[in-house]
Amino acid sequence: MTNDSVTTSAKRPVLVQVDHLVQTFNPGKKDEVKAVQDISFSIYQGETLGLVGESGSGKTTTGRSLIRLYQPTGGDVLFAGQNIARLRTGSPAMRDFRRKVQMIFQDPYASLNPRMKVKDIIAEGIDIHHLAASAADRDNRVNALLAQVGLNQDHANRYPHEFSGGQRQRIGIARALAVEPEFIIADEPISALDVSIQAQVVNLLKDIQAKQGLTYLFIAHDLAMVKYISDRIAVMHNGRLVELASADEVYNHPLHPYTKSLLSAIPIPDPAIERQRTPLVYDPREAEDNRPRQLVAVYPEHYVWAAADEVAAYQAAAVRQHREER
Amino acid sequence: MVQPTDSPILSVENLRVDFATFAGPVHAIRDVSFTLNKGETLAIVGESGSGKSVTVRSIMGLLANNARIVAGRIMFQDADILKNTKRQLNALRGNDIAMIFQDPMTSLDPTMPIGKQVAEPLRLHTSISEKKALAEAVRVLQLVGIQDAAERLKDYPHQFSGGQRQRIVIAMAIITQPQILLADEPTTALDVTIQAQIIHLLKEIQATTGTSIIFITHDLGVVAGIADRVAVMYAGKIVEYGMVDEIFYNPQHPYTWGLLEAMPTLTTSADRLYTIPGTPPDLLAPPPGDAFAPRNPFAMQIDLAEQPPFFPVSPTHAAATWLLHPAAPQVTLPPEIARRRQIWAARFAH
Repeated sequence: MTNDSVTTSAKRPVLVQVDHLVQTFNPGKKDEVKAVQDISFSIYQGETLGLVGESGSGKTTTGRSLIRLYQPTGGDVLFAGQNIARLRTGSPAMRDFRRKVQMIFQDPYASLNPRMKVKDIIAEGIDIHHLAASAADRDNRVNALLAQVGLNQDHANRYPHEFSGGQRQRIGIARALAVEPEFIIADEPISALDVSIQAQVVNLLKDIQAKQGLTYLFIAHDLAMVKYISDRIAVMHNGRLVELASADEVYNHPLHPYTKSLLSAIPIPDPAIERQRTPLVYDPREAEDNRPRQLVAVYPEHYVWAAADEVAAYQAAAVRQHREER
Repeated sequence: MVQPTDSPILSVENLRVDFATFAGPVHAIRDVSFTLNKGETLAIVGESGSGKSVTVRSIMGLLANNARIVAGRIMFQDADILKNTKRQLNALRGNDIAMIFQDPMTSLDPTMPIGKQVAEPLRLHTSISEKKALAEAVRVLQLVGIQDAAERLKDYPHQFSGGQRQRIVIAMAIITQPQILLADEPTTALDVTIQAQIIHLLKEIQATTGTSIIFITHDLGVVAGIADRVAVMYAGKIVEYGMVDEIFYNPQHPYTWGLLEAMPTLTTSADRLYTIPGTPPDLLAPPPGDAFAPRNPFAMQIDLAEQPPFFPVSPTHAAATWLLHPAAPQVTLPPEIARRRQIWAARFAH
């Protein structure tokens, strides 16, 4: 089984530590869904971890478990050393956790209350956590946040329907930043936006991170954008983490057959490359029979979900790929 | 294997569409003309609000109630579709021209078994018996890759995954062997692996049946994989069109440049992604000149004042930008575009 030392580099401080997380819906019933099946990984302070996988792979469930929107069925989630699976609802520790961890949602149309003014949407967290000393302080904070995300003060008194998709996503980001969080979970924050708007939102998220030293979990299925924003990437399939490594390593030297198939399906804006494309089809039987598997380091900082007798082959493949590169 | 040809099967001529709003008419389509050749895939790209969906919905007669076709013709089989009566239109759509919508969750009837839904166009357009129509439904469902199709005819849409549902939508569209398929962002709601499968499927169908396809998307990666020709739309107008290689390796309009630059590739390592500054114009009162001028770093005085005509680049390629005017100054190309032009130049050298 994995332990802390397996997916953690000793050199860097860890902000979020996930140990054997299991999330089962309707356990024991006929419609039981094992959304997340025993995954372990850590997120370093100040990094962006990209979490990719197809719909139903469990990436959104993982994100929601990390923010304790779900009570984990099994395993632990440590945030800054504190086990959040054990926090009691309404306790001061829980309230503190809720401030430090914020979420940005996928759908900029559904995630803003249409009957609230923008300034009240942004300030809701400020009010709940009593962060503003006075009404004037509240307004100042809202204005500063609007400026930070590239909107202006005139926007404060408007309603969400008056904004475009990209602007709404900026409002969602300002709302997340309002309570001065340390860790932001962005669940497909750009999937619903046009390509040119996606670039604006990604640039904004990068700028904010550089300025405030935030840690991100960036959940997405657009792999080109994930590679661009992430330091490390975790690939999920069928509720399991199948591969974890630095962004360049995952893209240049993928090892797990599912990761390979995912990468082979990315459309590239270059007709000559597209004409030669041969998408690899992933057959789950290749790597998901019922043998015991765990996340194993097969190359420095490169982990693959493998059975004991598969490790040697993965290690050899990693070494071969790196040698060919040189 | 059926090859694309140069003979037009559909031509849209000088189309103008307005939407009536409380603030006045929104000029959503402003003089759009293009042809679709037999057996080819034409991709229309552009951001939300550029008019790409409105254009294909005009072809299908599916515009909203507040839309008004102000001018133009859509010629198909020597007749103007826009002059069709409701009855003529109904005989045409779902039969000669079929459409695949973006969202497979909402384009199937949740209360009707899929066999009946897929067979419905045949039942409506021919006098075929229900039994024969269902047999045909099984055939096309197998063709699009639904396993055990015969046993699943009585299943409902919710019993299928998103990718399978889009396959069912495609089966329904091709059961009448239409001459034209209009695909409005058919893969945008799908995962990349499923997207690759659906694109492969559409290409296969085209290779065997010779169907012409109009494919709408905002993803240039998808365009590079599926299109024979490309039309780029901005603010209700086509600003550039050409063969797929011409658009990707020899693009001329600064808006096309911006779209290509904003796409991160797997090798992008720049600190910041390129973004097109500003926002699209308000089509209640479109600007007098090139609508892209206020966001265009290469804009000249004339761009703000006068609409550029199409300047031909090759017999198949043209762009509406004053930069192609003989008197225009030479501009320094953005690095990504210069890189693409080099690929183009290298190809001509051979």
